[in-house]
Amino acid sequence: MTGLLPARVIGQPLERADGMAKVTGTATYAAEHPVPGLTHLHPVQATIARGRVSAVDTAQAEALDGVIAVLTPANAPRLASTEDPELAVLQSDEVAFRGQVIGAVVATTPEIARHAAGLVQVSYVEQPHDVALRPDRADLYAPDKVNPAFPTDTEQGDVPSALADAAVRLDQTYTTAWYHNNPMEPHATIASWDGGDLTLHDSTQGVTAVRDTVAPVLGVAPERVRVICPHVGGGFGSKGQPHVHLVLAALAAKAVGRPVRLVVTRQQMFALVGYRTPTIQRIRMGADRTGRLTAISVDVVEQTSRIKEFAEQTAVPARMMYAAPHRRTTHRLAALDVPVPSWMRAPGECPGMFGLETAVDEMAAACGLDPIEFRVRNEPERDPETGRPFSSRNLVACLREGARRFGWAHRDPTPRARREAGWLVGTGVAASTYPAGRIAGSSVTIRFGPDRRYQVETAAADLGTGTWTALRQIAADALGVDYAEVDLRIGDTALPPASVAGGSTGIASWGSAVLDAAEAFRDKFGANPSEGDEASGGMPDNPHTERYAMHAFGAQFAEVRVREDTGEIRVSRLLGVFAAGRIVNPRTARSQFIGGMTMGLSMALHEQSVLDQRFGHIVNHDLAEYHIAANADVAELEAHWIDEHDPYVNPLGTKGIGEIGIVGTAAAISNAAHHATGVRVRDLPITLDKFLS
Amino acid sequence: MNPFEYRRATDVAEAVAAVAERPDAVFLGGGTNLVDHLKLGVTRPGRLVDITRLPLDRVEPLPGGGVRVGANVRNSDLAAEPVIRSRYPVLAQALLSGASGQLRNLATTGGNLLQRTRCVYFQDITTPCNKRMPGSGCAALDGYTRHHAVLGASPQCVAVHPSDMAVALAALDAVVRTHGPAGQRAIPLVEFHRLPGAQPERDTVLDHGELITAVDLPAVPATRRSAYRKVRDRASYAFALVSVAAEVELRDGEISQARIAFGGLAHKPWRAQRAEQVLRGAPATAATFQRAAEAELVGAQPLADNAFKVPLARNTLVSVLTELTELTGATEPTQEDTP
Ligand SMILES: Cc1cc2nc3c(=O)[nH]c(=O)nc-3n(C[C@H](O)[C@H](O)[C@H](O)COP(=O)(O)OP(=O)(O)OC[C@H]3O[C@@H](n4cnc5c(N)ncnc54)[C@H](O)[C@@H]3O)c2cc1C
Ligand code: SF4
Repeated sequence: MTGLLPARVIGQPLERADGMAKVTGTATYAAEHPVPGLTHLHPVQATIARGRVSAVDTAQAEALDGVIAVLTPANAPRLASTEDPELAVLQSDEVAFRGQVIGAVVATTPEIARHAAGLVQVSYVEQPHDVALRPDRADLYAPDKVNPAFPTDTEQGDVPSALADAAVRLDQTYTTAWYHNNPMEPHATIASWDGGDLTLHDSTQGVTAVRDTVAPVLGVAPERVRVICPHVGGGFGSKGQPHVHLVLAALAAKAVGRPVRLVVTRQQMFALVGYRTPTIQRIRMGADRTGRLTAISVDVVEQTSRIKEFAEQTAVPARMMYAAPHRRTTHRLAALDVPVPSWMRAPGECPGMFGLETAVDEMAAACGLDPIEFRVRNEPERDPETGRPFSSRNLVACLREGARRFGWAHRDPTPRARREAGWLVGTGVAASTYPAGRIAGSSVTIRFGPDRRYQVETAAADLGTGTWTALRQIAADALGVDYAEVDLRIGDTALPPASVAGGSTGIASWGSAVLDAAEAFRDKFGANPSEGDEASGGMPDNPHTERYAMHAFGAQFAEVRVREDTGEIRVSRLLGVFAAGRIVNPRTARSQFIGGMTMGLSMALHEQSVLDQRFGHIVNHDLAEYHIAANADVAELEAHWIDEHDPYVNPLGTKGIGEIGIVGTAAAISNAAHHATGVRVRDLPITLDKFLS
Repeated sequence: MNPFEYRRATDVAEAVAAVAERPDAVFLGGGTNLVDHLKLGVTRPGRLVDITRLPLDRVEPLPGGGVRVGANVRNSDLAAEPVIRSRYPVLAQALLSGASGQLRNLATTGGNLLQRTRCVYFQDITTPCNKRMPGSGCAALDGYTRHHAVLGASPQCVAVHPSDMAVALAALDAVVRTHGPAGQRAIPLVEFHRLPGAQPERDTVLDHGELITAVDLPAVPATRRSAYRKVRDRASYAFALVSVAAEVELRDGEISQARIAFGGLAHKPWRAQRAEQVLRGAPATAATFQRAAEAELVGAQPLADNAFKVPLARNTLVSVLTELTELTGATEPTQEDTP
């Protein structure tokens, strides 16, 4: 393995270092930290979608025993910065979406706070709101860039002529629903001030980012803010950036002069902590008679909030998946009176690959080709838009390996050809991809302790993903010692800063810094250090980043059953094969892949935040009505990976695996549903009514 | 959550009195529905009378071959009762198709019958709802109606009753026994739940302070076949889009007796008498089943999002009847099924 850190502990399926604490209930989550003198906050939320709060009557709430304060825009402390409108809580009486925080009660118990919040009487001056996402809106606009910094539109060649000349053409619209991240652990914060110093126990994907975002909003120096978060019960992007509750807790703690705890309720999570925009994707493709694509065009319409822009990069995967001389992508946004959208597992790739990979399945059929063969035929030699070579690209290997394991070879491509005891059975395939990136800004300190163990410290996060284990494995190999000789400390801004756990960049970014620190440590102290020896390192620049296109790939296969009489749909089999560079820990990696695939299944069949346009809010805002795939919905589920050696992505050779598992799953399932029934569902979720006539 | 007084009742009369004397008092069973409503502010009682210690937790044989199910029998226990599994499979299946294992461990027979609609607007106090706040309007009517009624609704309310168990009980001709301030009474299950009409706030015919003490199941002949089939949006716990509880008896390829109830279609478990009429005395064929389903569903009035429920209900009924009659035709009742 030239150039890469030799793997000894890396690659071992070690058990989770934090597993025992979690299953025995001793791992402390944000809301569980014992803090003396704790008070409890319950927000008051707007019941209109647009307008102004004209009056707030807090008398009844204040009269309640146990109520410490009722905060409104009139009496809340001023924030130092209101530049980020999502975080500028209680700074004005404007209402920009239904459910927005317009007040808060702090009380001695959560029950009293909640009761009192219900007693706050709010009057509004209401304005007509607009929450309707439609592709024919006159006010759609092109954002300056799409998340995080991609060009909004791209174009090469002459798409209209290529489409006009194509032997085989497709022009279809695919839509994905509005989704909420819904991690099991709700967002929670405990804020305590000690003079001018603020401590935040927060459930977050990045303590450093929380500190650096919140400090200027509150007008305190970042050094005076400490954020602590050893464990996170899932985030899926919704804990990647601070949301309003964090600022609210800090503001309220300042106002009442006591520590404040805020646990966001499940219902509140549907308004306050981000979500994935619905997308409308018009896809046009042209191909020649041999099934070679001549044109790919993807035009996306999606939403953002009126107060803050978030532009999901839905068409971005179409820029690099398949070769075609003529190509274009566009993103257009409607700015609506809705909550602020944000990151959700694989923003861009996840919704975008539903449209693209369903369209590819339709094109393959139109060309009379097997969908795997069609993809192989359109495999690009270089990144089609930039012309850069791929650092490694093993999509074809994943498709072939998946086909072998799944038993694809004997598939009869005819739709609606297989029936088993009243169920129509079909199989489908789709590709996955996710960029292999890193985020700068992490540093790591390694210290040789009195117990002759190595203490490795960085403010990284473990969302349940396995950081506690995987980063320790990397440190062991980087130092050339046993796993047991390494102690890891993460999740605290008292440690050296670390980048956010987002974009599947964690292990690559922090791991590179660990490696750098270990090299510095050995350079300075050799193989026999003394107690107290200490060295630090950061993430070195990677000269290859500019020269190569870096992506992970995968292939997902699904077997779907649809009951002929009722349309009930079940996924009886899911199999994914991934090429994601080096796998640090096969046990936690498998859990990431199958977790992503399960979430993809959930997106395909179940998840949908239902907007009531009249009120402007999501009405199915709990887990009884917002369906997420649970055990009974998942039958056979397999994740595999191929050995991939990529010397360019980073010195560890890892590509990031947190998100790719969700990418393409929904398309594989919709393609299988089509194969089973002959019905092509282009609008998610795929519910039984879509098969009933 | 509003503050409330909590009392634990030790006998039936005391429980009834404790609720009857205060208009804002309610009974507390397993709490799996009521406690959610307390948190959400859907209901704001001033007193909770916990009835789970009352001696109503037995399943007993009745003279004449029926079975009495105490109001406090938990859903999981009832589903596991040998007599229920062998003689009332429709009920065992309905119970097991409802909620999740954890919920069924808490949910009581009485509470299950009285669980309230899952209409999202009913559960969201920021929207109008005639059931929650009479006269405020029905937000569902022009709103999100995937789960709502296609039969028996009124312009005041289009909600459906969510219970699976109650649908099976409707098909079984079960009887609800109550103890109220005015004494005891027995209410046939099919008359227990109401259609919404102009009073959607009233789910049932119960009076304030009237406690469910038991549900009686009539004796069933050994030749009867029954089944419950629930169609939902996922395999894990989810409320029925449509469900069918069916019992049939066959004689020489002819249907001699049929009892059918639908769930997910109406404000109450929907006893399908028109379908039963078509079935009785008719040959057990696909055409008969189809006619029966159509006879019942001809009056269906779907809303914006739920037209699919009509073909779904039809196909589900046909499928259940087909399975049941094929079974009955093919085999005699096995030892296990004979009491
Ligand atoms: C996530 C979720 C999913 C669910 N899925 C399903 C499903 O798929 N199918 C299904 O059928 N159900 C489902 N349920 C509902 C569940 O079955 C009910 O919550 C449960 O049966 C209620 O019983 P309980 O004893 O907890 O009632 P409680 O919550 O204690 O009480 C409910 C009501 O009944 C009253 N009450 C209780 N006992 C008596 C009595 N003896 N006499 C008079 N009044 C009484 C109470 O005052 C209250 O108004 C689900 C619930 C949840 C939370
Ligand atoms: S359908 Fe019934 S329960 Fe639902 S909003 Fe209308 S009145 Fe309320």
